[in-house]
Amino acid sequence: MNDTLSKIINRIGLPRLIISLLFLAICITAVVIKLPFGMIVSDIIRRFGMFGVLSLAMVPAIECGTGPNFALPIGIICGLLGSLIAIEFSLTSPLLGYGFISSILISLPLAILSGWLYGMMLNKIKGSEMLVATYTGFSIVSFLQIGWVTLPFSHPEMRWPIGKGLRVTVSLASTFGEVLNRLWGFSIGRVYIPTGLLLFFLGCCGLVWLFSRSKAGIEMSTAGANPKFAAASGINVDKNRVVGTILSTILGAVGVITYSLSFGFLQLYLAPLYMAFPAVAAVLIGGASTSKITISHVIIGTFLFQGLLTVALPVANQMFPEGNLSEVLRMIVQNGIILYALTKMGGES
Amino acid sequence: MSEDYVLQMKNIEKEYYGNKVLKEVNLSVRKGEIHGLIGENGAGKSTLMNILFGMPVIHSTGGFSGQVYLNGEQVDIKSPFEAMNKGIGMVHQEFMLIPDFTVVENIKINREITQDNIVSKLLKSNRLKILNTAAMAKDARNALHRVGLTIDEWITIAGLPVGHMQFIEIAREIDKTGLKLLVFDEPTAVLTESEADNLISTMKRLAESGIAILFITHRLSEVMQVADNITVLRDGELAATKKREETNVAELAEIMVGRKIDLKSKTEQEKECKEKEAILKISNLQVDMPGEKVSRVNLEICKGEIFGIGGLAGQGKVGIANGVMGLYPTKGEIIFKGEKLELNNTKNSLNKGLAFVSEDRRGVGLLLDSSIELNIVITTMQTKDKFLKRFGFINQLDSNEIREYANRAIKELDIRCTKPQQLTRQLSGGNQQKVCVARALALEPEVLFVSEPTRGIDVGAKKLVLDLLLKLNKELGMTIIMTSSELVELRSICDRIAIIFRGEVAGILKASNSDREFGLMMAGEYQKFSSEEAG
Repeated sequence: MNDTLSKIINRIGLPRLIISLLFLAICITAVVIKLPFGMIVSDIIRRFGMFGVLSLAMVPAIECGTGPNFALPIGIICGLLGSLIAIEFSLTSPLLGYGFISSILISLPLAILSGWLYGMMLNKIKGSEMLVATYTGFSIVSFLQIGWVTLPFSHPEMRWPIGKGLRVTVSLASTFGEVLNRLWGFSIGRVYIPTGLLLFFLGCCGLVWLFSRSKAGIEMSTAGANPKFAAASGINVDKNRVVGTILSTILGAVGVITYSLSFGFLQLYLAPLYMAFPAVAAVLIGGASTSKITISHVIIGTFLFQGLLTVALPVANQMFPEGNLSEVLRMIVQNGIILYALTKMGGES
Repeated sequence: MSEDYVLQMKNIEKEYYGNKVLKEVNLSVRKGEIHGLIGENGAGKSTLMNILFGMPVIHSTGGFSGQVYLNGEQVDIKSPFEAMNKGIGMVHQEFMLIPDFTVVENIKINREITQDNIVSKLLKSNRLKILNTAAMAKDARNALHRVGLTIDEWITIAGLPVGHMQFIEIAREIDKTGLKLLVFDEPTAVLTESEADNLISTMKRLAESGIAILFITHRLSEVMQVADNITVLRDGELAATKKREETNVAELAEIMVGRKIDLKSKTEQEKECKEKEAILKISNLQVDMPGEKVSRVNLEICKGEIFGIGGLAGQGKVGIANGVMGLYPTKGEIIFKGEKLELNNTKNSLNKGLAFVSEDRRGVGLLLDSSIELNIVITTMQTKDKFLKRFGFINQLDSNEIREYANRAIKELDIRCTKPQQLTRQLSGGNQQKVCVARALALEPEVLFVSEPTRGIDVGAKKLVLDLLLKLNKELGMTIIMTSSELVELRSICDRIAIIFRGEVAGILKASNSDREFGLMMAGEYQKFSSEEAG
């Protein structure tokens, strides 16, 4: 009896089990204290689609063996730059998805270039990728603080009305804000389904899945799973690590564009600083480890993590009206999960 | 009578997970005696020493049975620290020295001579006493003098020649007061010849001063030079204890290797290479593989033979296959089917028709968290673009073809598994090895390198793996080059066996050659001995 129980726990995974139970408990609490449940469910679904691609960016990074991509801000910066350039040059016709498609297209070369450079750097510091990645992400965000002030953008919607530099948040209301959410969107009762957003996320998952089943994808995951084995099969390990890093950076760029689209604003300055963490935490809850990940980990993890945070926020506010405890709770959950996952690193042999 | 003995070990037996590694071993060393302990890799020498030193690995695996006596008194040594206190010292094969400390500090480490100061007196703490460097230096110099080393005692270890480090280790051990027994664990393995001579004379001097010495080595001639008595271990059993005067190198070699081998199956198969075409010619091969360096190997492998590569661990036998496959930096010339093979290019080697089953099954040979079927096809997929479906630019796994091929391989090689999707981590050692072989076979190679195919798998599975290699050779005419530490294995299936010593080919023997010849060659004494015999 004990055996079967521990087997079941093993299969589901302890973190996934705890978070699922917590999620359920908070959902029940939300119903009990009579929060507007329709709105909360809509919110869960929207945030799921919104963060999905960012979490998906962890897949190539983990598969190629560089571990969770804590340097996701590199890709995020590329995505933000792409969006800004698209708006600056008014590439926002309906044909270009009101700027969504053009933003992605512009950010692609940026992401490829920076992913390539960053990947080469990762090959020089094998073994301590995660720490280096975290600080690379921090540095690049800090560096762009100067960029946001000095880059010669002139579109009135993104500049401060007086003074120099870009605004902290740039509204996308007149461009591609929420276009995917509204695409084929519909309501069931009080629950709104952002069909376009979900389809886009699942489409990205599909593309990554197809890649993982191609020769190049298998080559990459082999290089990540066992570099010595890969070398003995004639696979260039370093090259594949660079490829994985580039793909992760591209997904980071696409991810932030999707995120901003659904959020309705581009967030500049310090906003990208901690964006890698929820993405890492999500896939780790989903059942991924720092060396193994599947698409299902991304989907389950993003849903659980974002779902938990979405429900926990109003529940915590209701229970402790003073101060913003919900934000504290979010940090505890998010960092706790990352901490837990890092202690598990390399634990199985 | 037994008072004379510094050390007596009686009826020592030890099991690792139901696998008996020592059976009724007896060992006695007298005061002032140099006692040689010889045996092949895995004969049980290290285990015996681990027991003597009370290493944790012994106690965490269920202890041992038998008695250990020091100076006639039964002792139960539970930790290396206790062994040290009881007067047993060890000179390690890998140096246990701290590179950034000086010679004095290394010699006196954890036994520093101290003197009181105000704080330590006030607090009555030994740990806060100050070092008496002058006294320490004096002791160190004294010990260095005894081993015949005349270096400054205040220089750091880092940068000293290897030979010096060995002597500093010895100095550290003899500096311990009450040292009764000193164990030398293959001390000459890393030394040059003159250094080794120097060491041997030091050993003699130490023995004269009354310290008993246990000398573990592979080098038979050195044992014959210094040891008073010699104990030979073989497969965990006491093969013989001999007085030096009553034996010779050839006899020791024979005792060390000697096993009953069934040669009937093989004798009719021995072929002469000259009649056949040489499929692989290796000249001046140098491979920079850590721990298994190949310094100059010349070999000619005939088409359709099973060629064995043997030798003791660390002599370079494993490096040859790794070098040919381009896994470690390699120099020299390799001619495969009359064509020069590009070196250090694994993909090219695989494409040309060479395949490799690694000695490191779990590290290099398998993707432990992937399915059996993926493991089998992956190398072929990557090097030969097989098992793929194409859609224009895009390609995808051909799951049907992979499943079909895997099922066939599983059936043919008799891989015991629940399904082709099972993870290789869950398989037993023998079945994992078969997966490795299946992966190599998927490449349809002409020459198959197999390294240590039976390491870490149980006896029944060993035979299956060897039979499989024989079958491949006979039915498909595949040329097989097998590297193995187990001579019995090589002699049971190989046509010819090259013995590697110090990164070079010491000689090529047939399975039917005598135990004596194999033993001498592995110990690097063959040339010397045969020329002596001729002269």
